Amino acid sequence: MAVATKIGVKPRVKAPSPPKPASEQTLHIIGQPLPKVDAMAKVCGETVFVDDLSLPRMLYCKIKRSPHPHARILKVDTTGAQRLPGVVATLVGWELPIPFGILPVSQDEHALAIEKARFVGDPVAAVAAVDEETAELALRHIDVTYQVLRPIMSIEEALEEEEVRVHDYGPRGNIHKTVSLQFGDLEEGFREADHVREDTFFFEGNTHLPMEQHAAVASYGADGKMTLWSSTQTPHYVHRALAKVLEMPASHIRVIACPNGGGFGGKSDPFNHEMVVAKLSMKTRRPVKVTLTREEVFYCHRGRHPAKMWIKTGVKRDGAITAMHFRSFLDGGAYGSYGVASLYYSGALQTVTYRVPRYRFEGVRVFTNKPPCGPKRGHGTPQPRFAIECHLDKIAEELGMDPLELRLRHLVEPFSVTVNQMRLRTVGLKECLERVARRSGFPEKHGRLHQGVGIGLAASAYISGAGLPIYWNDLPHSGVQLKLDRGGGVTAFCGSTDIGQGSDSVLAYVVAEELGVEVSDIRVVTADTDLTPVDLGSYSSRVTLMMGNAAIEAARRLKPLILNEVSREIGVPAERLRMAHRRVFDARHPDKGMSFSEAVVLTEAKHGTLGSTGSYRPPPSPARYKGSGVGPSPTYSYSACVVELQVDRDTGRITIDKIWIAHDLGKAINPLLAIGQIEGSVYMGLGEALMEEQVFRLGAHKSPSLLEYKSPTFLEMPPVEAILVETLDPEGPYGAKECGQGPLLPVIPALVNAIYDAIGVRIDEVPVTPAKILQALEGRLRAPEVPSFTFPEPLRVPPLSPIEGATI
Amino acid sequence: MRLPPFRYLAPRRPEEAARMLADHGPEAMPVAGGTDLYPNMKRRQFEPRVLVGLRALAGVRALSGSPQSGVEIGGLLTLTELTEANLLRSAYPAIARAAGLVSSPILRNMGTIGGNLCIDTRCNYYNQSFEWREAIHFCMKKDGETCWVAPGGSRCWAISSSDTAPVFMALEAEVTLVGPEGERRIPVRDLYKTDGIDYLAKRHDEILTKIHVPPTDGIRATYLKLRRRGSIDFPILGVAASLRMASNRTVEKAHIVLTAVESAPVEAKEAERMLVGQELTGEVIRAAADAAYRPARPLDNTDLTHAYRKKMARIFVARALEELSMGAGSQE
Amino acid sequence: MSERVLLHLRVNGEPVEVAAPVHKTLLEVLREELRLTGTKHGCELGECGTCTVLVDGGPVLSCLTLPIELEGREVVTVEGMSHQSTPHPLQIAFAEIGAAQCGYCTPGILLAAKSFLDRNPRPSRLEIQEALAGNLCRCTGYLQILQAVELAAGRMSKELGSPGE
Repeated sequence: MAVATKIGVKPRVKAPSPPKPASEQTLHIIGQPLPKVDAMAKVCGETVFVDDLSLPRMLYCKIKRSPHPHARILKVDTTGAQRLPGVVATLVGWELPIPFGILPVSQDEHALAIEKARFVGDPVAAVAAVDEETAELALRHIDVTYQVLRPIMSIEEALEEEEVRVHDYGPRGNIHKTVSLQFGDLEEGFREADHVREDTFFFEGNTHLPMEQHAAVASYGADGKMTLWSSTQTPHYVHRALAKVLEMPASHIRVIACPNGGGFGGKSDPFNHEMVVAKLSMKTRRPVKVTLTREEVFYCHRGRHPAKMWIKTGVKRDGAITAMHFRSFLDGGAYGSYGVASLYYSGALQTVTYRVPRYRFEGVRVFTNKPPCGPKRGHGTPQPRFAIECHLDKIAEELGMDPLELRLRHLVEPFSVTVNQMRLRTVGLKECLERVARRSGFPEKHGRLHQGVGIGLAASAYISGAGLPIYWNDLPHSGVQLKLDRGGGVTAFCGSTDIGQGSDSVLAYVVAEELGVEVSDIRVVTADTDLTPVDLGSYSSRVTLMMGNAAIEAARRLKPLILNEVSREIGVPAERLRMAHRRVFDARHPDKGMSFSEAVVLTEAKHGTLGSTGSYRPPPSPARYKGSGVGPSPTYSYSACVVELQVDRDTGRITIDKIWIAHDLGKAINPLLAIGQIEGSVYMGLGEALMEEQVFRLGAHKSPSLLEYKSPTFLEMPPVEAILVETLDPEGPYGAKECGQGPLLPVIPALVNAIYDAIGVRIDEVPVTPAKILQALEGRLRAPEVPSFTFPEPLRVPPLSPIEGATI
Repeated sequence: MRLPPFRYLAPRRPEEAARMLADHGPEAMPVAGGTDLYPNMKRRQFEPRVLVGLRALAGVRALSGSPQSGVEIGGLLTLTELTEANLLRSAYPAIARAAGLVSSPILRNMGTIGGNLCIDTRCNYYNQSFEWREAIHFCMKKDGETCWVAPGGSRCWAISSSDTAPVFMALEAEVTLVGPEGERRIPVRDLYKTDGIDYLAKRHDEILTKIHVPPTDGIRATYLKLRRRGSIDFPILGVAASLRMASNRTVEKAHIVLTAVESAPVEAKEAERMLVGQELTGEVIRAAADAAYRPARPLDNTDLTHAYRKKMARIFVARALEELSMGAGSQE
Repeated sequence: MSERVLLHLRVNGEPVEVAAPVHKTLLEVLREELRLTGTKHGCELGECGTCTVLVDGGPVLSCLTLPIELEGREVVTVEGMSHQSTPHPLQIAFAEIGAAQCGYCTPGILLAAKSFLDRNPRPSRLEIQEALAGNLCRCTGYLQILQAVELAAGRMSKELGSPGE
């Protein structure tokens, strides 16, 4: 065979040439385009996803769901199902009476609905049977008596209706949460402006659509302990919710997150089906598995909130922003989920790209009778980013300014604090903008292409890890434990969860880099609440930064022990020793030294069993106002995107010619994986911009299928030029920031801005369907309407003193 | 999602298959590629107790003939086989094109041409799981009373979703149907009925064994498909057009057939009449497209809005005719 | 609840006998009876390509295939792609290029790509896109998959072209 066939062989592909790191440390593994540690298992079909598990005596669970969007449950009768041969147990709501929810402030879900069903698909009963067919059949023998209530299906209805309430908590009616924050004298800002513009936008809801349907297996053992394997991004939070709902000590529950077949935020909540199989396993003393159908995945949802938005900005003649006022109206669906955080996020990051000296944010999230919305890639920020970047393009045109110029002139300063008290570190946005502009030829092309051909630009920023955990505590956000083996192997334990983004690989790279061994010498054990230190989960783009820092700390606690022993043994001062290529050696005389495993043996003989831990907690945020828990991050990533496209004026169809995207990720831990994250983000952004939408009819989801929920295929994906911008952020491991979510953000507005450049009409809502293009061309597409709503008086946040802003 | 239980019969000859269907009555259904039936069965749109598998039938898998004599297409040929057949690609490119536009490469490798012609009508109130349909109290086509597309009416508006049917109609093709009492041959245009439930003139116990396409005879034909994505999706509008030009460059004969706008493919008769005797100028094409799109009455039961699909009918007819006027789609 | 039939299949080059209800799909028989869990499922309705396997070298959706219709035919799953201990060049290229992120759609795409390259060893990018357009992926944006298929195709045709191989 002419081809390289050894498993784990290093790739021959050319890396997208990252710049040399500025740090003194010579890096051997970080920055290399290595294959993922689990790559061969995945391509050989050996990776074990939850539904691949099969345990002796395992039962299969199916869940009965509400056919009504809003109904009082009068009676659930499972006797018919229980009589069916092969049915072992049934479960109804009152058997798990304790509510749960991802956020402490919205504990509003039950494993199975007790009093009310709140959307078509809300779970009301469950069965465990000897096989899936029997379980499915049994569902038809469960009788549920409902009293149908009027469903609330839109933001407007939710805001108007006071009597019919989806939940009986929240300030009133169907309002889940309102926010009103003001930073600085807004009126003064608008008075100072040479030009003030207002716009409205609408962003339709859409969903994550991971290819793997959610699944869980629970096994309650004779020892009274529970093990749950689940397709979850957040085993730690599932662990907490299970303990609460099952009324069991957390120490008796073990949650293992299997590798996720895609997550994108859709597997970040504790879910009904996890509680249900756990309880059924307790009732039957047998393992119980549930695998959702694709339709049920649409009912789990937690995807993008439909958002109506209003924005008003004052600018000087040169485009400098004097004040910005932003309002968002979010359709939250039937439960709280991450909604309060989503709402704050819809107002938090307006300030971290361009200088905004005065800012007011008002937002409201409502309950409706639809599957609950929550965090999807970019959590709460793609909607406002779409609005801002299109709004700025309109302003640039009115000022007669080039949209690139307008953005470049007013960028935030690195290491500054924004008006809403977000503390910034490195900011590579200028370089991102300049590089996409140069590579795409934006300055020469914008406004100058043929009729029907257009080019558009947008920029964005995203958090690199949430500054605060979901529940208030002082504990680390990520912990890593290392165990050294006499054979030279290293086991790295961490609660982090690989959802396909490569977090297991990042853990191995960091540990191998620090200890000077090869990636293949590292065994990673992750996402197991019994075995691994807590990591809060794969959400908010936090894993590389937080787990990476924890891993570095753990390794750097071990290193001195090893170096001191080797130093003593070979008589070279410890500070002159280096660890690389599985050796510990004298930097001046590299031949002098020993193998890593010899060094481990030496050190173990001296100190006993070798292990260490490291942990990471984000630096405290300077912001202390109520509501400042959402938005702060150790640092922010930046992106800029240019889209070039063609519009068929007869059919309204869009063909994308090419996309250029530059992303400031601080430092590419692995450029191959970073580019994969960026290309995947572009893909998901395109889907949202052009076709993906979650809409409802007769109270039900209109298209809960992979056929009718339109996810772009191989044929819809245009060429993408991804540019990595490295700013070596002091907060990140080796300077790294996030790259898995941020690059989605600028794609949508860049595309919509390109449509305007192509055909001269503005589409202020996504997805941009061909029908909307034609309506716009015919002058019949109305601007999105936002509801009239009186927000509460804003909390006027006093500015930070210069000392507060500077020292933290 | 799992299939409901059934018995599976595997006859060897079409007559035998027809006899089995007759014997078991409405409880039995024929299945070839399964790409249409099995998803529908998983959603409990059909729950046949007996499946008569047609895969092993003899003599229905051949492609024969010539452009001069016409061709016979065996009903069990897969859509991939049609797409790749040189005889069709060169002599009847519109058939190969339409077959190649069905769903995705994998589905085409499984689905048969007979199955595509007999494909169940579709509607997004109907192609849903049992539980979903239960939530809307079912629809007229299965288990319910109302047609949610047009709630006041008395008929079902599920739409014809075959990409190949309009092409075969535009080419004046015929099909052979084999029943327990013998076989009959009918034009493809007579295979369809304008009713979402009772959409086929094929009797329950008949098997579609062959498609007969007439000699090319100077006909040019094409097919254009509207769908959201470049793959996987069913047509939400399809336009087949065929023309024969006289030596004086006027249209001698024309067919325009629209799919996915009604429960059966729709022939744009008035447009066809308007074209005959005319040169294919831009003006004539525009007028024909105007006439062709008027009878199209897409309703709100598939992807994209019906108003948009209606608008596109005109554009697609014009584009099909423009393509043909420039010499494309000629059958040699 | 329903009668089992004895099925005689050839899976990954080996004869297999399995007793299963006739209405169990190939997907269910592979995963549940034969424990070949490398074959995944995304919809079970023929809409996503995730469960693709090869039958006589051609791609089929195992969620819409009845094993009873496969007597005497050759089924290949992702577990059968490797030649003894040597992974298929596509598997190696996918691993190297990062074409498998979560890896869930990967087995189906690998098999669709294998079937395609077996018939068309030197494809253009558009031809690859068309051949794989029935397989959805939500992670990669497809581009690294395309790169990997091109890399494997290049290596495979080099291998074919070199004498003595």
